[in-house]
Amino acid sequence: MAEQINTTSYKPNLEVYSETLQRLAETDRNIIAVTSDSRGSGKLVPFGKRFPQQIVEVGIAEQNLVGVAAGLASCNKKVFATSPACFLTARALEQIKNDVAYSNNPVNVIGISAGVSYGALGTTHHSLHDFAALRAINNIIVAAPADNWETEQAIELAAKTELPVYLRFGKKPMPFLKEAADEIFAFGKGRIITEGDAIAIIACGETVLPALEAAALLQEENIAATVVSMHTIKPLDTELLSAVARKCQAILTVEEHSIYGGLGEACAAYLLQQGMGKPFKIMGIPDEYTVTGSQGDIFTHYGISKAGIAEAAKTLIGTTIQEQN
Amino acid sequence: MTVKELKQKSAEYRKRILKYIVKAKAGHTGGSLSCTDILNVLYNGIMNVFPENFSSPDRDRYIQSKGHTVEALFVVLADKGFFPEEDLNTLCQYQSHYIGHPTRKVNGVEQNTGALGHGLPIAVGTAIAGKLDRKDYNVYTLLGDGELPEGSNWEAALTAAHYKLDNLCAIIDKNSLQITAPTADVCNTDPLDEKWKSFGWAVKEVDGNDVEALRKVLHQHPFEAGKPSLLIAHTTKGKGVSYMENVLKWHHGVPSEAEYEQAIKELDQVLKTL
Repeated sequence: MAEQINTTSYKPNLEVYSETLQRLAETDRNIIAVTSDSRGSGKLVPFGKRFPQQIVEVGIAEQNLVGVAAGLASCNKKVFATSPACFLTARALEQIKNDVAYSNNPVNVIGISAGVSYGALGTTHHSLHDFAALRAINNIIVAAPADNWETEQAIELAAKTELPVYLRFGKKPMPFLKEAADEIFAFGKGRIITEGDAIAIIACGETVLPALEAAALLQEENIAATVVSMHTIKPLDTELLSAVARKCQAILTVEEHSIYGGLGEACAAYLLQQGMGKPFKIMGIPDEYTVTGSQGDIFTHYGISKAGIAEAAKTLIGTTIQEQN
Repeated sequence: MTVKELKQKSAEYRKRILKYIVKAKAGHTGGSLSCTDILNVLYNGIMNVFPENFSSPDRDRYIQSKGHTVEALFVVLADKGFFPEEDLNTLCQYQSHYIGHPTRKVNGVEQNTGALGHGLPIAVGTAIAGKLDRKDYNVYTLLGDGELPEGSNWEAALTAAHYKLDNLCAIIDKNSLQITAPTADVCNTDPLDEKWKSFGWAVKEVDGNDVEALRKVLHQHPFEAGKPSLLIAHTTKGKGVSYMENVLKWHHGVPSEAEYEQAIKELDQVLKTL
């Protein structure tokens, strides 16, 4: 049963990232943040003040940021290379590919203010390609935690994981999606937030919130939706995906990313190759010059909203695969 | 090791580099021959890195930014006992770890390289870790002069000086030729000494094919306390084989059987006169 969500009383995941990193650094001097004049936007100013020996500032130089992080990680440092996702995963993509993933230097690449978080600052500051680019690179986990709990868990796990990890965070305060007391967080294991068998809405990062709000709206019309927080894009939780696909009449994916190459296409490719055809729609940012405005404006424009997702869900439920064609 | 022994090593290394390039029918011949003496001196007297201590956090690190001249690195690592030399018979073959660029699947290789402009940033991170951990190791990285237009080098150069990384020594194999033309004609990066000095590095120059001079200058690292060291090693591309020296086509040319025999004859002659 989907419930109404309090959207105002929680922190941006970025703040939780910083707090978690500080907590880990209190007992582990090998925790190192590497920044590219990004400690402010990464909420790492308190970290830098408390642990000046554990922050490496390279200036605005993202390629160098990732290379330096790789060198540090090769010396057993638990490195969190922190920079806006837009620059980190475009300008420094080759360093992520070679120095981190290919060389297996277990850097935690932290893309901050991801997706369209920077809103009206425009396309230079948007990262709508990062899932696609990093999914095609071997040996890196790709994840977008949704709420504060997932964020805290992901950071703690990333610090322990001996594999390269990419995590992306937005700036919006995010409520807890549900009570998580009895859950164990793992990369590659999605979370069912609410269950229903009419439609599965599979989302990640900050789009899980409107997905969940849409589920509540649908519930008012007696349409029961499953909402999954598929925080890990790679490796994809194919077991969970198969289970919800078997159960639900239709599948809708929602992401703050290009409709190409992200969560939606990952789900579609898996289900198609398993012969599990269902009415299926990918919601995200279409392949066009992104509309200008705030993150909220952009979400609303492309239907990544309570009403937009609910509307898309209803349309999809009433559609057969043949009609989709 | 005496100077004579070092010179013998260099000639032997050059023979083996050519042997395996001919066998693989591929390789970066000219650049491997230009940097042979630098690798020889680093691994035979300068660096504290051996198969026995390769997993020690206290070892010196060598990161080859100009990854394409991997044949020189592989030959030296085999000689140091990191792996049996006969493994190099599989160079560039199906499923071999011995590919055309350094990979960590080969014992003794610190970092996977090949894309240019990557070695120095990684070396800077490795050197910062050494400072943070108060360790005494040094980090050496070898750059080609042709890769210097990559902007990441200059980003890392700034960081190295900012953090006063006098445990870092970058060596430029300045053979002055790259795949298209002389480096000065492709994108002139001279004067290198002034550029690096202005970036906050302590700079020295050396004949990069003179093992005695190389050993002397590398023993002086750090060239200045509180500054990263930059050694401009003036080398000859194709060094040691008369018809290859300073000839563009040997960037990745593979000798014919007759050419190979002539090269070996010339290097044997060098060995005889030592």
